[in-house]
Amino acid sequence: MTDHTTPQPIEKVSIIISKGSLEAVYPGLIMANGARMEGIEAQLFFTFFGLEAVIDRKMDKLKVATVGNPAMHMPTLIGALPGMSALATSMMKKEIEKLDIPPIREFITLIHDSGCEIYGCKATVDMFHLTKEDFCPEVDDVITVGEFYEKSAGAQIIFT
Amino acid sequence: MATAEFAGKTVELDADGNLVNLADWNEDVARAIATEEGIAELTDEHWKVINFMRQVFEAEGDAPSIRRLGKESGVDTKGLYRLFPKGPAKKSARIAGLPKPKGCI
Repeated sequence: MTDHTTPQPIEKVSIIISKGSLEAVYPGLIMANGARMEGIEAQLFFTFFGLEAVIDRKMDKLKVATVGNPAMHMPTLIGALPGMSALATSMMKKEIEKLDIPPIREFITLIHDSGCEIYGCKATVDMFHLTKEDFCPEVDDVITVGEFYEKSAGAQIIFT
Repeated sequence: MATAEFAGKTVELDADGNLVNLADWNEDVARAIATEEGIAELTDEHWKVINFMRQVFEAEGDAPSIRRLGKESGVDTKGLYRLFPKGPAKKSARIAGLPKPKGCI
């Protein structure tokens, strides 16, 4: 009989990254890396604009979104000024580096080397007319949503 | 406070199961903790990581991040996970007689 009183430790996580701004990509990467550091099996699935984090020519250029985010405490019209996003991005990158969190490309390599599998979403790849050559080498495969669920057997799915 | 016996020595453990007193640590204690962690033999590569952890902790008061461990310990990320499959930073800290690392990375 299953023991309902003792919570079971998490053994596997399947993390979806669906947005392409810097502040939207980092949390998923930190969670994937953190899982591996706790001995938890992990896989990453990039979909829609999240895919930019593993597209070779784009992954070094992700930006912080300065409009549409009330927690930035910046009026939308100010956030929309040229250079605001670049400024916010460079500030966040500095703070991130202070915490010894690597830039996106290095982080993806670190996470992949730690044994986390990395997948791109087939529907998005088709929609944006991408090929496997557009991705950084850490991307293991481009898979359908069905394959994603198959690979997530026994995992907690986390959508970001 | 929980206690345990490693290599014939009774030691105090914190809530994570790590040594409370750094002074209780020696290489035999490290081997005994490693056995408990499922690592049958501590190779030279294991020791490289363990010694690096101790060095950084002594100098800075906290264990290094996994990023720094991979860059500076002399063992790369893949190697770290091969040596300490259930979490290199956490497991090597425990074997090194240090508290669990505080950082998120």
